[in-house]
Amino acid sequence: MSLDQSLVGRAFAPTAPYAVTEEAVASFVSATGGQYAGGPAPATFAIVLAFEAMNGFLAAEELELRRIVHGDQRFSYRRPVRPGDVLTAQLSVTGLRQIGGNDIISTQSEVHDADGELVCSTSATLVHRGQA
Amino acid sequence: MSTPTVGDALPTRTFTVTREDLVRYAAASGDHNPIHQDEAVALAVGLPGVIAHGMYTMALAARAVAEWLPDGEVVEFGTKFTNPVLVPADGGAEVLVAGTVKAVDEEPGQGPLVTVVLEVTCAGTKVLGMPRAVLRVPCG
Repeated sequence: MSLDQSLVGRAFAPTAPYAVTEEAVASFVSATGGQYAGGPAPATFAIVLAFEAMNGFLAAEELELRRIVHGDQRFSYRRPVRPGDVLTAQLSVTGLRQIGGNDIISTQSEVHDADGELVCSTSATLVHRGQA
Repeated sequence: MSTPTVGDALPTRTFTVTREDLVRYAAASGDHNPIHQDEAVALAVGLPGVIAHGMYTMALAARAVAEWLPDGEVVEFGTKFTNPVLVPADGGAEVLVAGTVKAVDEEPGQGPLVTVVLEVTCAGTKVLGMPRAVLRVPCG
């Protein structure tokens, strides 16, 4: 199975609205050994949205999560994510290369709030490992 | 800390990552990729064993940055995942996060933008490639 260039430029369906709760932020912080004392979510929290968008993409393209390795991740924030936000993410494929039997998939996900304002733009390179 | 200055070395933080942490992180983040929990699956796809989520390591780097600049607001944060953090079944893996202030850019009418470059290592090997955070810090 190999992906082809027709994937590049495609935008996938936005995720269902996700309500950010204090409990969710606290669980995220606590899983990485910290203690949440209120206020903005940590700088990598938007991955919750981006990951859900990626899952939609993988399902649409029938790719297995277990074959995906993360190459890089970048976040660019217009404002921090806060409890009370209702967010959606939409993933687009921005590039595709094949190296050594692996697909190197460049993706960009835009995270918007309930007013349609951009909160965070995040890019990820996904390495889809071949069947070797 | 007071207003950061270019060249400031930030105190290195050490974090321990266990497989239990990875299970909790999977639930909290929604990333249920079994390569981060199940040794057999990790080996089957050609990995040397259970590895931490790259985003777990990146979250540790974010923790260190937030502790260094608690009043800062992260506007950019990025990294490559260059080497896996192998997490043994017993004990855990130690991840070290060091940082240096690379730039302080004054912005008219708002707080300066502080660029922090990080060095994140596990067992003496860099696990993140060019990790870098840009934070807006309050004036003065």
